[in-house]
Amino acid sequence: MSATKASRIGEETRIDKVNAELVTLTYGTIVAQLCQDYDNDYQEVNKQLEKMGYNIGMRLIEDFLAKSGVGRCANFRETADMIAKVGFKIFLNVAPTVTNWASDNNQFSLIFEDNPLADFVELPDDGRAQDELWFSNILCGVLRGALEMVNFASPFPVQMQIEAHFVSDVLRGDDTTEMRVSLVRYIEDEMPPEEE
Amino acid sequence: MCAHPNPTDRAGGLIYQREFQAGLRKLSTNDYLVLAGTFHGVHAITRSITPKLPLAPSTSPVASSPGTTAPATSGYSYPNPGVPATGLEFLETDKFHLTCFQTLTGTKFLLFTDPLTGNVDTIMNKIYELYADYVMKNPFYQLEMPVRCEAFDRHLGAWLRGRT
Repeated sequence: MSATKASRIGEETRIDKVNAELVTLTYGTIVAQLCQDYDNDYQEVNKQLEKMGYNIGMRLIEDFLAKSGVGRCANFRETADMIAKVGFKIFLNVAPTVTNWASDNNQFSLIFEDNPLADFVELPDDGRAQDELWFSNILCGVLRGALEMVNFASPFPVQMQIEAHFVSDVLRGDDTTEMRVSLVRYIEDEMPPEEE
Repeated sequence: MCAHPNPTDRAGGLIYQREFQAGLRKLSTNDYLVLAGTFHGVHAITRSITPKLPLAPSTSPVASSPGTTAPATSGYSYPNPGVPATGLEFLETDKFHLTCFQTLTGTKFLLFTDPLTGNVDTIMNKIYELYADYVMKNPFYQLEMPVRCEAFDRHLGAWLRGRT
C-alpha cells in the first residue's frame, strides 16, 4: 500500500480526538496491571482505582466547569442530575439514570445502561474477582474528587464530601450496574483562620 | 490591551502572573504576592458584608436592611436565598479595570485591563479553558502549586496575540 493511500485511509477513518476503544483498552490494562501488582488483592485494587479517580476528578472538574459553563447547583438533587446528564454525557457519552433517592435526599443511585470502560471485559475466573473486584471503581473516585473541589450553593460557599461505591455490576453477573452516591457532609470553606 | 491574569489559589496565594503588554513597568514579585493576598482578603470581606433581608414577611418598605458583618442569624437571609453572595467582581478606576472571576472551585482569576478593552468576559472564559487544559490536565502539575507550564504560556500568548 502506498504511503499516500495509507494516509488517505487514515484521514477518512479519522475520528474526533481519540478512539474510545483505545481508552477502554488502556483502562483495562491498568486494572489488569494493578491486579498483578497487588497479587490479586482485589480490595486493594479497588482502593487504588478509587484513589486514581480521585486525582483525576480534582482536575477534570475544571475542564467540566470551563467548557460546560454550568452554574451552581442549588441542592443535591440538582447535583445528581448535573453528574448524570452533563458530566457522564460529556466525558463518557453515557447518561446513567438517577434513581433510588433516600428519604433525606442525601443518597441516590446511578444506574448505568452502558459502561464504555467495561466493554470487552470478562472478570478473571478465580472465584474471587467476581465477588471482590469493582472493575469501574475509578468512576467512584472521579465523582468524589470532582465534588470535593466544587462550591455548593448556600449562604456561605461550602464544598461537598461524598462517598460513592458500586453495589452491583453486570460484569459480576448482576442485572444492572449501580453506583450508590452519598452526601457525607459539607466542608466549610470560609475565610482563613482569624487574623489580628 | 494590558492584562495580567492571575489565578490565585483558594488560600489567596498567587500561583501565576503574567503581563501581556510588552514594556509595562513591573511590580516586584513580592508586590504581586501582597496584591493577591490583599485582594483575597478584600474579596472575602465584600462577600461577608452583603446586606441581608429580614426573613419574616416584611411590612417595611425598606429594600434592604443595614449591612451586617455578623454571621448569618436565623432571622435574616440574602435577597435571593438560592444564590450565594459573591465577593468583589469588578473594580474601576480612570486608568484601568480590574475584573475578578472566581470559579466554582474557588480559584480566582484577576485581569487588569485598559478601560477600553471590551469583552473581558470572553477573555476570562478563554483563560479559564486554557487553564483547565494546559494546567489542570498536565499530570505533572501539582495542584495549588505555582504554575510553570510552558504549554499554558504558549497557548495563552498565542490566543491573546490573535485577538489584537
